[in-house]
Amino acid sequence: MTDVPIDIAHVAKLARIALTHDESAAFTAQFAKLFGYIEELQALDVTHVSATAQVIPIMNVMRDDIIRDCLDRAAALANAPDTSGPYFKVPRILE
Amino acid sequence: MLTGHEIRDRIARRETSALEITKRSIDAVAASEPELRAYLTLTPEYALARAAEIDARLARGEDCGPLAGVPVAIKDLFCTQGVRTTSGSKILANFVPPYSATVVAKLESAGAVMIGKTNMDEFAMGSSCENSGFHPTRNPWDLSRVPGGSSGGSASTVGARGVPIAVGTDTGGSIREPASFCNIVGVKPTYGRVSRYGMIAFASSLDQAGPMTADVRDAAIVLEAIAGLDPMDSTSADVPVPHYEDALRDDLRGVKVGIVREFESSISGDAAMSSLYKEAYAALVRLGAELVEVSLPHAKYGLATYYLIAPAECSSNLARYDGARYGVRVSDGGDVYQMFERTRAAGFGPEVKRRIILGTYALCSGYYDAYYVRAQKVRTLMKQDFDTAFSACDVIACPAVSCPPFELGAKSDPVAMYLMDYFTIPMSLAGIAAMSVPAGYVDGLPVGLQIAAPAFEEGRMLGVAHAYEQSTRFAWARAPKVGAA
Amino acid sequence: MKTSPDVATTETAKHDYEPVIGLEVHVELKTKSKMFCSCRNEFGAEPNTAVCPTCLGMPGSLPVINRVAVEYLCKAGFALGCDVAPYSKFDRKNYFYPDMPKNYQISQYDMPLTTGGGVTLSSGKRIRLNRIHLEEDTGKNLHAGGAMAGSDYTLIDYNRAGVPLMEIVSEPDISSSDEAEDYLAELKAVLSYIGVSDVKMHEGSLRCDANVSIRPRGANELGTKTEVKNMNSFRSVGRAIKHEIARQAERLAAGDRIVQETRGWDEVKGTTYSMRSKEEAHDYRYFPEPDLVPLALDADVLARWRSELPELPDARRKRFAQQYGLSEYDAQVLTAERSDADFYEATAAACDDPKQAANWLMGDVRRALQSAGFTALAQSPMTAAQLGELIRLVKSGAITGKAGKEVCDILVAKGGDPNAIVAERGLGAVTDSTEIAAMVDQAITANQKSVDAYKGGKANAFDFIVGQVMKVSRGKANVEIVRALIKERLG
Ligand SMILES: [Mg+2]
Ligand SMILES: [Zn+2]
Repeated sequence: MTDVPIDIAHVAKLARIALTHDESAAFTAQFAKLFGYIEELQALDVTHVSATAQVIPIMNVMRDDIIRDCLDRAAALANAPDTSGPYFKVPRILE
Repeated sequence: MLTGHEIRDRIARRETSALEITKRSIDAVAASEPELRAYLTLTPEYALARAAEIDARLARGEDCGPLAGVPVAIKDLFCTQGVRTTSGSKILANFVPPYSATVVAKLESAGAVMIGKTNMDEFAMGSSCENSGFHPTRNPWDLSRVPGGSSGGSASTVGARGVPIAVGTDTGGSIREPASFCNIVGVKPTYGRVSRYGMIAFASSLDQAGPMTADVRDAAIVLEAIAGLDPMDSTSADVPVPHYEDALRDDLRGVKVGIVREFESSISGDAAMSSLYKEAYAALVRLGAELVEVSLPHAKYGLATYYLIAPAECSSNLARYDGARYGVRVSDGGDVYQMFERTRAAGFGPEVKRRIILGTYALCSGYYDAYYVRAQKVRTLMKQDFDTAFSACDVIACPAVSCPPFELGAKSDPVAMYLMDYFTIPMSLAGIAAMSVPAGYVDGLPVGLQIAAPAFEEGRMLGVAHAYEQSTRFAWARAPKVGAA
Repeated sequence: MKTSPDVATTETAKHDYEPVIGLEVHVELKTKSKMFCSCRNEFGAEPNTAVCPTCLGMPGSLPVINRVAVEYLCKAGFALGCDVAPYSKFDRKNYFYPDMPKNYQISQYDMPLTTGGGVTLSSGKRIRLNRIHLEEDTGKNLHAGGAMAGSDYTLIDYNRAGVPLMEIVSEPDISSSDEAEDYLAELKAVLSYIGVSDVKMHEGSLRCDANVSIRPRGANELGTKTEVKNMNSFRSVGRAIKHEIARQAERLAAGDRIVQETRGWDEVKGTTYSMRSKEEAHDYRYFPEPDLVPLALDADVLARWRSELPELPDARRKRFAQQYGLSEYDAQVLTAERSDADFYEATAAACDDPKQAANWLMGDVRRALQSAGFTALAQSPMTAAQLGELIRLVKSGAITGKAGKEVCDILVAKGGDPNAIVAERGLGAVTDSTEIAAMVDQAITANQKSVDAYKGGKANAFDFIVGQVMKVSRGKANVEIVRALIKERLG
């Protein structure tokens, strides 16, 4: 078991998931086990190794500045849980 | 149910029709579905109408493509215009996309007939299909066992021959492992080979769509149909797509097959699995292949690397599921952030939450370099391992899985489940081509042989797999528990 | 209305503290389509009609980079003296906000498209740029029931989501609110010259956040900064900065600490207010955008883009001063907008008198624009050829200066041929000496008192009589002839 420096409540807030107490407790235990594997990476010397964010060496993929059809508004709003007139509708934003 | 190419040939010879084949497929699925539960949505009306249309076009002498009239099943993470697409998650239980994935559009233009959307681990996170937000799927070889995951529904229905062809996606093994579990062929193409447009993302730098089929020839046909550059996917590669059927061979003379030293030692403790793979390698030698030992010294870091990169990307990819624009909303009068938090708490299952939390953490300031960046560096080392290995061999042969399909509920510990992907993750991280082909049975349960090839060498890989399949004939065996039509 | 803190405090701040200001300016690029999808990039479209799976963040959708957005940013970079990076990439900036469809913004973190460069203020001071990067805009929230806090729900229009934005980040080289306003004006001039943006702050195509801190004059260490948002004009940027400097000075003078926070600008109250406290500070969790591939722009392409740049405001201003003999101020005003400068040069050519062209544009034309209700020269239907002809008419004495003003008003409001307007309205100058002589005689007869005064040595009585003649002629009499005739009559 590895000690995990993870503040689940803080991370859950960043991820916008309301975790139950049981979930948090379970995750803590499971992460401890997983970090047993993850911490093995710290033993590797990667000082002179470049990071691979993408495996294929493609560059400069761009499209022309051309307008194509947009969705009909009805199609854009069709999956919305709530709408008002032409708008998507969500609960109020408290800053 | 026949294979896809058999259907193609019989329709071409006018021995049967798309409509007849489609009806048989719908009936076969209907018969097995109460036990297997391989589908989340069935589209029989759509399929019948489309089959009739294809027959009409064929009657007029039109070319309807290499899969004309062949029934296919689509993993439910491919967007299908007008047909509910859930990615196995309750949070998308009611989502009906206004557009179709490129893979779906390409299959359609190749003449395939979609008969339904298959079950999966939620957002492709899992190795057993038990993490579906709706219900588990069962293995046609033993209904008490899992079909593997995350493309479990696709593997199960092809394994039961409800359809000859399905498409799945593979991020760390999600095509190859269920293919192994269900005695079918499953191909994870090179990253960039197949467009990801319209595929609901799990981990963008790893996700690849691929065929899950009754045999290698069908995999070749389907891969050719779905591969290629897509202007809608910036990470799809501008590499010509060969006619893969031409690459299918019957012997392996002159082929150097790499056997991975580290993998062999890790499986040596399981006598049954170990001897199954030894026999598989022997079969390759009988076909004329030369075995060479290769090393993947960083493969043991695969799990750690993968479980940093994939959750990190998923934590961001899944942020959009917030109940604002689509999907299921859970709200009880609070502000918008409370709505987000409740929607995501109710809509995501435990595995998805676990990975989002883990990935969010790995990206947090202060940890990013130690975890995410370091994982990407190890990924570089893993890629270099394969480059070195392939300088000594043409393809790699190795286990697809460490065990035959297990019983539902047997792996309640998530980390034990993560270990299922031990043999498949390194290829995913390196972005190379890999596949699983039926390789025999342990206690009557199927096990697959994994064959891996350098990037964009799917033809070479399929060629080796075809020779092996033809000589061993494991792919012809039918699942005993579920009758085929 | 009283705004706090008061002027006295502001003065104190000026004396004891030195402000350190950096600006982050977001500029919407005027491409045809959006940054990562092919939806039209259009201001003021019907809500949620310029959207597609990609800019709605629908499951499975993917971004593809708009080449012209990259081109526009590089051109802006060249115009501002920046270095275009040989290698650049996009990153995801992760945070939840309802107008951001994916709950992350595709932006650039550690490898922006350009670095360095700067903006030269009219004073000659150079404000260095840190970087310019490319990103996508968010949608727009509408808070039902007005105030954000009081509303029960929020409505969202995603038309703006995915519009290409360039973020121009300055170094903290700005020392006053005036410099900040000047910086924005210079920036706007450059960007509108190269045609990459509408740069309209009131339409939101230019938005500005200010990082403000103060420190004891002469100190090396920076003070704690606040980020001020929600200004909707260059002037309100200046006001907000001025207020924020004063507020911080007041705080420090009272022995308080400055809290690092985001503050909003209240235009009506003229104050800044705390928006976000520090415990809610974001952790954006940047990482490379895996759905896009890096950019390593070809040197030939970059060279072509650079060669396509027009003459920039600074160069044009210098040329105007030199070539046309204009004052610094006139050259500055006339070059602030590219279309104005083009109009000026065309007018100068048409009337063959650069000095007069400048005088008219800076004087009568400006006044006429105001009374016609136009905010920019470009809104007037008047052409440079028409204005040039008007100037010719006045110069040649065909019409008087007063009549010229009248014609100018009409031209600015409606356009037209100046000669036709003069003819139609009978504004042609009276140059017939006998006709003028009659009016002069009439004026002398009617104003005997002034005649006597003039003869008695009161010089200004002469001008009064000239005025009377002009009045009678309704301004059309040639004033030189009038003066000559009066002198002749009165000896
Ligand atoms: Mg920004
Ligand atoms: Zn769009």
